[in-house]
Amino acid sequence: MERLAIRRRPLLLLPLAVVVLAGVGFVELLQQAKEGRYNPRRVPNLLVGHPVPAFTAAPASPGTGFSAADFRHLSRPVLVNFFASWCLPCHAEAPLLTELKDHGVAIWGIDYSDSKAAFRGFLAADGNPFARLGADPNGAAAVAWGISGVPESFLVDREGIIRWHLGGPLSPPVLADTLMPLLHKYA
Amino acid sequence: MRRLLPLLLILLSALPSAAAPPTLTPAQEARAAAIGSQLRCLVCQNESVEESSATLAANIRQVIREQVAAGRTDHQVMQWMTARYGDFIRLDPPFNRLTLLLWAVPVLAPALGLGIAFAASRQRRPPPAPLTEAEKSRLATLLE
Repeated sequence: MERLAIRRRPLLLLPLAVVVLAGVGFVELLQQAKEGRYNPRRVPNLLVGHPVPAFTAAPASPGTGFSAADFRHLSRPVLVNFFASWCLPCHAEAPLLTELKDHGVAIWGIDYSDSKAAFRGFLAADGNPFARLGADPNGAAAVAWGISGVPESFLVDREGIIRWHLGGPLSPPVLADTLMPLLHKYA
Repeated sequence: MRRLLPLLLILLSALPSAAAPPTLTPAQEARAAAIGSQLRCLVCQNESVEESSATLAANIRQVIREQVAAGRTDHQVMQWMTARYGDFIRLDPPFNRLTLLLWAVPVLAPALGLGIAFAASRQRRPPPAPLTEAEKSRLATLLE
């Protein structure tokens, strides 16, 4: 009787099809999230393709600070890195920054919402790969750059245009597949 | 000089520190709070910037207040935020190409339901044909 009803009215299969489709989509999302290809909490950054925003990073010894004006007339692209001493992924990322610096990449660091003592401790423990260094104690620069946490990195080309943004720590695959090709492209 | 030193110290301590929020009139403060309650905290994501206790939310609250104090309109502050974080930062999504389906669902869903109900009602089989004389007499005997 049931089978007859379905054969007569295929529309009855529609709810089942919807449920199956939703299930397949859900499993696919979970799979992508597991592999790190999909992050529902990802915050977009719309500054990519635009000039460096107006901001100031205060002097933080040994750094002398910098501002948007310093991005005019660059001789090579700059990797801007927001970090903090209290951020574990920033410590994990530090060796990669040192590696980049050894490759001749200019890295400008902005220390976000940190105490001076903790900041000095960070540099002592993890080294100082930064060509320029500034502090952002009240987060004004962080918000101006549209970051949602630390670490975050931006690639700025020689004309001062933001070309790339990464909301999270650098990793060897990101370096090899994305950052190094971009550094070549904008060199 | 020794007498001046305490005075100097008092004067110095009265200077605003870098993190001090700007002083706003009650009307400006109300405007800043209204803007903050329309913005998503990027850390907690389902809380507004005004409600959240995250550091970044406090940073954004201060940026809003500085911009309000500088005489920027609500719309200008909102644009400054969406230029960075996109519509994602707005708790109230605007109507555009990407959110078309989101806004249209309250209309589309009942329309779809009514459509299916209508189609189903038209498919209903016609009432059975009236009984023939032979069937009527058979029914009568069965009911007796």
